[in-house]
This record gives sequence, C-alpha cells and structure tokens, in this order.
Amino acid sequence: MKKISKENLTKLFAAICEEASLILPLKNNGMTNFALWSEGDEVDLDTLKTVKSAKDAFFPQSETLYNCHREDGKLKISPGERMDENFVVFGVRACDKRGFEVLDNVFLSDPVDSFYKARREHGTVVALACHAPEETCFCSTFGIDSAEPGADVDTWFVEGDLYWKANTEKGEKLTARLSDLLSDADEKAVEEEKENIRSIMKKLPYAGITTEGWGGEAEKEKFDSPLWEELYKPCLACGTCTFVCPTCQCYDIKDYSTGEGVQRYRCWDSCMYSDFTMMAHGNNRTSQMQRYRQRFMHKLVYYPANYGGMFSCVGCGRCVDKCPTGLNIVKVIKAFSKKEDK
Amino acid sequence: MQELVKRAKELLADGTVTRVLGWKKGDLAYNPEPAFFENEEALSEFVYDSFCGANLSKYMIEASKKEGKTLVFLKPCDTYSFNQLLKEHRVLREKAYIVGVGCAGKISAEKMKEAGISGILEVEGADALNPSETLKVKTLYGDKEVSYKDVMLERCHVCKGKDHMIYDEIIGESRDTLDGDRMEKVREIEAMSPEEKFAFFQSELSRCIRCNACRNVCPACSCRKCVFDSTKFDSAQKANVDSFEEKMFHVIRAFHVAGRCTDCGECSRVCPQNIPLHLFNRKLISDMNEFYGEYQAGADAETKGPLTAFTQDDIEPSEARERG
Amino acid sequence: MPVEKEFRPKIVAFCCNWCSYAGADLAGSSRLGYPADVKIIRVPCSCRVNPMFILRAFEKGADGVILCGCHPGDCHYSTGNYYARRRMTLLFSLLDYLGVEEGRTRVEWVSAAEGVKFSTVMNEFVDKIRSLGENVRLGDLRCKN
Repeated sequence: MKKISKENLTKLFAAICEEASLILPLKNNGMTNFALWSEGDEVDLDTLKTVKSAKDAFFPQSETLYNCHREDGKLKISPGERMDENFVVFGVRACDKRGFEVLDNVFLSDPVDSFYKARREHGTVVALACHAPEETCFCSTFGIDSAEPGADVDTWFVEGDLYWKANTEKGEKLTARLSDLLSDADEKAVEEEKENIRSIMKKLPYAGITTEGWGGEAEKEKFDSPLWEELYKPCLACGTCTFVCPTCQCYDIKDYSTGEGVQRYRCWDSCMYSDFTMMAHGNNRTSQMQRYRQRFMHKLVYYPANYGGMFSCVGCGRCVDKCPTGLNIVKVIKAFSKKEDK
Repeated sequence: MQELVKRAKELLADGTVTRVLGWKKGDLAYNPEPAFFENEEALSEFVYDSFCGANLSKYMIEASKKEGKTLVFLKPCDTYSFNQLLKEHRVLREKAYIVGVGCAGKISAEKMKEAGISGILEVEGADALNPSETLKVKTLYGDKEVSYKDVMLERCHVCKGKDHMIYDEIIGESRDTLDGDRMEKVREIEAMSPEEKFAFFQSELSRCIRCNACRNVCPACSCRKCVFDSTKFDSAQKANVDSFEEKMFHVIRAFHVAGRCTDCGECSRVCPQNIPLHLFNRKLISDMNEFYGEYQAGADAETKGPLTAFTQDDIEPSEARERG
Repeated sequence: MPVEKEFRPKIVAFCCNWCSYAGADLAGSSRLGYPADVKIIRVPCSCRVNPMFILRAFEKGADGVILCGCHPGDCHYSTGNYYARRRMTLLFSLLDYLGVEEGRTRVEWVSAAEGVKFSTVMNEFVDKIRSLGENVRLGDLRCKN
C-alpha cells in the first residue's frame, strides 16, 4: 500500500504523462466527463459519476476504421490507426471497471476486435473507490464491491491522502514508475474507509434489488410478458440511457464522404433508435415497445445467456439519473418482481 | 393532487374520457414518469408534485390516434405546446379533455445535485401548488436544506405566465416564479466578438453526445421521420465526432422549430450534458420579434408563425446584419 | 492578416432558375468575367434553399455561400423569395450568433437582365472570402484532408 497527498496529485498526473497519456474526469462548464488531461485542466474526482461512463477510453463513441481516397488514378485504402501508445485511465469507479469486463466478453472473443484489443493492451486502469455512493447506485446487485474495485491499481481517498494499491502486473509497473512520488502507507485507514463504504451501500434505497428470475432461462417468459406494453410508454426513444451506459456495446458502421474519398467509421448505436439494425429489408423491430424490450432483454437475458450468466448491467445508475422521463432498468426489474408477487 | 385524482375518476366514471394522461410516482423521491391511466385503480399511483416538469402535450399525438377522449393535465406553459400542435394538426382537439393544472415552478434532481446535495432519499415541501420556500431534503449523508428557487428549472425563472392558453377546466392556482429576463444571456452572447461566440458554443456543444433527447422531447419536433434519421444522409444522427456535426444538428434543429418553438424549455431540461439549448431558440425568437413583430408561438392555435408569413417590405438579410 | 496567394476559395452560389441563373448566363454571353471559384447550383426558386443546403456546403468545404434569387415582387412563383428572405435573415443572424464570420454568407437579388450586377456581386463576394480566408469554423474536419 502506498499513498500520496492530495496536493501532490497534479505532480502525479504530470509524472504519469511522461510516458503515457492520461484520461480522467475533467469538468467542463459544470459537467464532468472522462477526457485527456493536460496541465491546467479542472480535474474533478469528487463527482461520483461522470455523465458518460469511462468506456470511451477503450471503445470511443466514434472511431475511424479506414480511409479510402484516390491517388494517381488508383483507389488507396489506409486502415485506421490502432492505439500504439500507453495510456492510463484514472478515477474509474468499480461499476465502470466491471463495465470493461462486460465489453471484453464481446470484443475480445472471436472475432477479436483489434481496435478494442489494442486499447485494452495499452491501457492501465486506476480505479477509485466510491467515498460517497449515491441513491441511484446498485452495483452490489451485480456483486460489485465499490470499496474495492480490483482494477490494475485501486485507490482510496482518505482525508488528505490518496491511498494506492497495485493489483496487477500493469499496476505494479505503473507504481514502480511513480515510486518517487508515492510513499509507503499502512492499510488501516483504507480498511476503515472500505467498511464505511460497505455500510453505506447497505443503506441505499436500491440495496435490495435482485436479478432473481432473470438470466438466459427466463427468455421466453420475459419476452412474452404483457408488462412491456405498459413499461415502454413514456419512452421518448432517445439514446440517453444507451450513451451514458458503461456496458452498451452496440455500434453502427457508416461511410462519410469527405469529398475526395470515403471515411468508414463506427459509432455507438442505440437500440432505442428507429434505424437500429436497419437492413435492406427494413427493420426487424418496428415498434418502440420492441426496441425498449430489446434493451432490457439484452442486458438481463440475452447477455447472461451468451456469457455464462454475467449480466450486462453494472448498477452504475446513470440511466436512473439521466432518463428524461424517469425510466430506468431498476423500474423494469421492480415491475417484474412486483408482478411475480401477485 | 387529490383534487386532480378525484376529478380524473369522475371523468373516467361518467365516460367523458377513456384514459388519463398524467404523471406516475417514481421509485425515488424525484423521478415521476409520464403515464397513461386506464382505470380508477391505476390512478392510485398518480402523482403531481414539483418534480412533474415533463410536458405531456407531445404524448397527445399518440393519444389522438386512440379511441375515445384522453384527459390530459397541462401546466400553463404546456398549453402553448398543445396549441402549437393543434395548429399543425398533430393533435385533435376533440380527442383531448384538457385539465389545466396550477404550477408553482418545477424543480429537478439535477439542479439539487448541482447545488451540492447528493444521496437524495426524501424531499419534503415539493408540493406542486404550494411548495415550501426551503425544501427539506433527507439524504444518505444527513439532512439538508435548499431554497426552492435555487433548484427550480431555468425555464421557470423566465416563466411565460400563470394563464393556460387552452383548457376545458382549471384546477389549482399557479404562482408567479418569474425573476429573470429570458433574453439576458442571448444579449450577453450577442455582445461577444465572433471568436468569443465561437469558443462559447464550441465549449458547450462539444459535450453533445447525440442522444437526441432534445429532439425527441421537443413538442415542436414532431416530424414522423427526422431529416437526421435519414440513412441517405452521411452526417448520422448518432455519430459524435468533434467537428461540425453537433453544431449542424443543433442549428438545423433550432431552425426547424423556429416560429413554432414556444420556449417550453424541455430541450434544456432533458439534456444529459446540461447544454443550454434554449439559447438557440431564444436567439431566433428574439430576432423574429424584432424583425417581424412580437409573436408567441402557441398563444393561440390560429395565428400564422413568422416563417410561414411575409410582408413585401420585410427587412433584408444585409440590413438585419447591420442592425445586429 | 496577409492572404496567401495560393488560396482559392470555394464559393457555392445557389441561383434561382428564372432570374439569377439567367443573369449568370447574360453575364457570360456579355463576356463579363467572374472568378471560376464560384460554383453555381441551379435551384427552381430561392425558397428551395433549405438552411441545411447552406450548412452542408460549408461542411463539405465551401468557404462562402451566396444565394441569388429574383427581386422581391418578381418571383416566378409570386412569393417564394419573400419566404427565402425571412429564412436567410434568420439563418445568417443565427450563424453570426454562433461566431461564424459575417460575410461568408450573402443574399443578393439578381434579375435576368442584370448580367453586370451578377458579375460585380460575384467579384465582390470572392474578394471578401479571400480576405476572410479559409472556412474553419463551419467545416467538417474530415473533409480537410
């Protein structure tokens, strides 16, 4: 266990930047999002949840796959750049860190996504324990311990210090590189902080939410439920929930005409959108009810069916915070368990 | 609130309406959702408090396609949107039974969090018609207090007024919440240099995640298929690249609703990144008022909007520029 | 700011079929010159021009966009240019508000008989855009390569 005082954090960031780029929560006009750090930026490690999750670090909202353009009368294709520099993502919460694992299952299994893989290989995740969980949090539902994220490096703020513990080889390497700035510390303060966090987690309004009854086996029963017809109604069909979500991984591939060539890029897609999975024959989900059902079925039924029971929700609560009409995955889970009670 | 439920039950019972469009209790202290209630039993979950900011008029487009009348609860500012939809033949008057509800300004959890309150468990004093000046908030981290005005939605500080523009009956009295000038920020931006203006909007719009919440919540954005949803259009509705796309989206969206936007403020309320989108709409409103005479979209369902009318001696674009 | 000699602006001119396009024709047949930087797009009426056309032109690399239509009162369809006038007034004002340099956009009424005016307007406009330089604020970065 190491530590560094809060005042020296800027020095720490600068030291990280000597050999890697650094992505961490920055505040811009009052809103906090993960972004590339440079000296003088307003770092915000107090806000519990960034608006967008940290998934951009590995799976950016939009990235170029290849460019093609004409050169000497011939078509020339140049592939998009894969990440080839080390970077550090700092201040990731336990839920977002689990989110990366959810994405790993999808992008690192065959066929491997080389863009994602390159980022994963070059990225070191420094997680930050949640000092003050909020009422919208329910990560414990998915067995996540917000007091001990288990990333490459875990950190805790206790009073004026940031405690630092490396968990993996990557983490050790980073720690060794920063050893001049980090001093040895004992674990007592951190143990207390962990206890404190865990006791708050137990008091949260969503503490009792369970995924009982969900999972791959429930497919038919859940799919055919008449409840969806009721639940989807206020949905505006915007993509807020999907774009702030740490685990939503659907994307679209599009061509952009640059005048002299074509840029093929991929960008996040949202199953809430009417043109999601649009094909030549049209769309296989034609109503908003079907699209709404798809989102939750994917998170709570299809994904666990495909990946050994792991749910594709990490309980970060961003959809609870951000839905313009007050819908969210917890309301869906609750609605189904209420029905089963009857 | 009980009065609203009682009236809704009466109207359901005597067959005047077949369903009720209102707000349903959320699972937290502050997240009610718009909802259709089909029967008396369902109304037990009805709620109307200070968090019911959602403008229900757009849901009337769908409700107008259904059998029978829908009772809809509209706050004063929502009635402008309803009128505008009526003008554009997107909703049917005969399918709506409008109960104008009183409003004392709406608040949001987002604003409370901005004010530094997190872990909200219970909010006391968020009564729809008669809220306390100071809200008592029970949080995970102790009891807090916050002034109602400080957590009110931006649009309520520049409230259009207490009067309902269209209704069948009114329940509850509204309260004056106006304490600002809605064009203040617009003037401030107008006074900036082009470089400053560009930097300002760049910094705001670069946060846009293209979730389309602003568009989808907007009662004026009622096209069946949005131009930004076209598959033939290579600036997709969802790509977010740090270039011109977001600006194009927001400029075009503001322009498409110009003369039809009632300044209901929903776009800014729902933006997950808190982008002050109303600044575009208000600039257009301010220009239209100056160039073509005072006009409030949705004040009635008949008057032609400034972009569907003209006079022979309208100002020329070049003259307008000199003035601005 | 010194203007680099090589800078050849890309100018898009939307011209209404009935007046301004004929005006451009007249300029041509009268041998009145205007820079080749101006690319004319013929539209049936000035009110055919959706604000999106203008933004798209900028997005894809135009440095200036000008809209030419019949003089107010002379519209082939009676009223089209009156609507166009209101739209452009508001759009240009909104673009100024966004911090786009004034002068990148312009509206001019050019009749079929005004070959001289067409030529003068285009020369003026191109000069103006040359002095403003390349359009950075409204262009899509992806089109810059």
